[in-house]
Amino acid sequence: MSEFDVRTTDDGVGVVTPRGRLTMVTARRFREVITELVAAGTTRVVVDLAETTFLDSSALGALVGGLKAARLAGGDLRIARPTPAVLSVFELTNMDRVLRPRDSVEGAFDV
Amino acid sequence: MSRRLLLIRGIVLVTAILGINYVVWRWLFSVHWGAWWIAVPLVVAETYSLIDSLLFGMTVWRLKERGDPPPAPPDLTVDVLIATYNEPIELVMATARAAREIRYPHETWILDDGDRAELRAAAEAEGIGWITRSADWSGMPRHAKAGNLNNALLQTEGEFLLILDADQVPLPEILDRTLGYFTDERMALVQTPQWFVNVPASDPLGSQAPLFYGPIQQGKDGWNAAFFCGSNAVIRRDALMQLGVSRYAHEIEVAVHRALRTARSVIREALKNTDPDQHEVRQALGEIQYDIDRAGRELARDVALSDVTFRFQQRVSSIRRRMVAADLRTLHEDLAVIATLDRLADDPDTTLADVDESVLAQMAHRDWSPLGAVETVEALVRAVDIDRAGEAQPIMPLATISVTEDMATCMRLHGMGWRTAYHDEVLAHGLAPEDLPTMLTQRLRWAQGTVQVMFRENPLVQRRLSWPQRLMYFATMWSYLSGFAALVYIGAPVVYLTLGVLPVQALSTDFFLRLVPFLVVNQLLFFVVANGRPTWRGQQYSLALFPVWIKAFTSAFGNVYRGRTLDFAVTKKTRTEHEGPRWDLVRPQLIAMGLLALAVVIGGVRLAVGQATPFGTAFNIVWVLFDLLIFSIIIRAARYRGYEPATPHATEERHE
Repeated sequence: MSEFDVRTTDDGVGVVTPRGRLTMVTARRFREVITELVAAGTTRVVVDLAETTFLDSSALGALVGGLKAARLAGGDLRIARPTPAVLSVFELTNMDRVLRPRDSVEGAFDV
Repeated sequence: MSRRLLLIRGIVLVTAILGINYVVWRWLFSVHWGAWWIAVPLVVAETYSLIDSLLFGMTVWRLKERGDPPPAPPDLTVDVLIATYNEPIELVMATARAAREIRYPHETWILDDGDRAELRAAAEAEGIGWITRSADWSGMPRHAKAGNLNNALLQTEGEFLLILDADQVPLPEILDRTLGYFTDERMALVQTPQWFVNVPASDPLGSQAPLFYGPIQQGKDGWNAAFFCGSNAVIRRDALMQLGVSRYAHEIEVAVHRALRTARSVIREALKNTDPDQHEVRQALGEIQYDIDRAGRELARDVALSDVTFRFQQRVSSIRRRMVAADLRTLHEDLAVIATLDRLADDPDTTLADVDESVLAQMAHRDWSPLGAVETVEALVRAVDIDRAGEAQPIMPLATISVTEDMATCMRLHGMGWRTAYHDEVLAHGLAPEDLPTMLTQRLRWAQGTVQVMFRENPLVQRRLSWPQRLMYFATMWSYLSGFAALVYIGAPVVYLTLGVLPVQALSTDFFLRLVPFLVVNQLLFFVVANGRPTWRGQQYSLALFPVWIKAFTSAFGNVYRGRTLDFAVTKKTRTEHEGPRWDLVRPQLIAMGLLALAVVIGGVRLAVGQATPFGTAFNIVWVLFDLLIFSIIIRAARYRGYEPATPHATEERHE
């Protein structure tokens, strides 16, 4: 199972950290966490994947849903620190062409 | 290899050899070129039929009889999804109750595209889930059943999905008999037959498809190309979602490239129309031009799309803010055109990557005011941005390129390397149309959908499919072209009997020695493959519905290449008890039959007065009689008054 840490940095960037397996079981909740953040005015969101051990296509779908919400609100969604296992799922679906992983959460919005 | 398969392969080989021998001889030695206007259509139609026969032979070459399925593993999570739009509440609930009673642990959901409070109450009263479109869909293209399922995919979380139409009542063992195949981790989908209970043994409307839900699907299965048919199938969610996500990534990439290309020409035109002394405006346009080029270079360097579009948007909007003051005068006339951009994405028949080239070209060549140009660029980027603002959901796992989303989706799954299986056991009892109008509408829809897929994603050029897979998809599309061949098979004997024009050089011994053996083994192949299943009805309808197939072809062509709507014939949903037969719906067939009968009379007269040979006349009359036998099913279908079962059956209303 997976749980989500949610915090907001001093710069007003929302950081969502899913722990463990992020799959179809938790994908819906994951998307809601992001959309709630955006709805509350935190339109710049970083998803920190350092503690995500596995991620499936449903989770990617949720990520895209979050990206859409953020963009519509004038912000953006970035991903940071994916593990090799998680990165391979991005490559399998060509999502690496859409989202570029950032090396750190803090620097995720520095261009 | 089983003896049956060995026998089938033997006959396939003989059929192919005899068929190719005949058609090659026809082209090279026996076309009556002097009467090319009927001779060429006939030899083309014959070639069409030969290819159809060869594709059928290839299909059954690897006929796969799977027998008993592997046991279903315990503890899988399954959602049973019942798609409904406007079917009667009681009919939906009967299916839902049966679905609830499926033995393997699962959750049952009614996907109510009609958003009916009454159905919701009925479902909830019996502990059955009810899902309707989320708020995201308001004002967005709905994509019919594909949209309904895509919506439900994001609101449920089972590892597997059993998809049912509202009138397909599942048996309790349906999941136990299908989930076992998914122990193969690359297995994406298991399709089971669609079989209808409200059809008499004579099946006047040709509702059952015993050859398709049997040898044809089993043959496709042998080539790993068994199709998804929209209902009675179990799907692995991860396969669908993976498909949805990678399609998204692919379409976004295509769309962004296209948007940048158009943006470049829009700005170029705007620069041309800007006075040299408007320095500020020219400078701003130049900056945007620079940014467009930079975005293009970044894409070429594989910079992630979200980064490219984000930066580009930020830059363009800041430049625009600077320009607002500079130019307001000519803006208004441009706004109307910009508005069409926002509508682009709303066309239900296009995906994002399909944004019409011609519309984009029109925009590129309009005389833009500078600010209008910038607004256009912004709108373009918005329309094709990675958030897919024109769609309710950025991820659409079920294909929306066709009204038959099932086939298109399945082809894409095969393209990603997934496997499918066809399990030949009736595990749901469905209801078929009970009157001619509904039946005709349904067949038209299937044919249109299939032809749409052929035009939009021709399987022959899908590089990620194996060649046999491409041909298996193509075979089904090819079979829907039979309407044109039917016209020729009606016309040729009529032409001979009335005008005495023979499309072949001579009805020689050579001709019959080549044709007859081919026809005989071809029928033998059907007989052996069918293995006791009735095939005559299917053969009749493949020719007798020629107006439907032709209309499907022309309307799908108009839809894909001309942007027209498919123009569904709207038929009444209730059974027409009080009305007489709808002869008006089968007028082309009746005219054809009249012409054929008239030709026989004229042929007889011509023979009597010595203008025709007895042999030629006899041969063509036999041909006409065969045509009439084929078409006779239309009379039966029009006169059919619906199913009358031994026991009462609650089916007053029909639907698609």
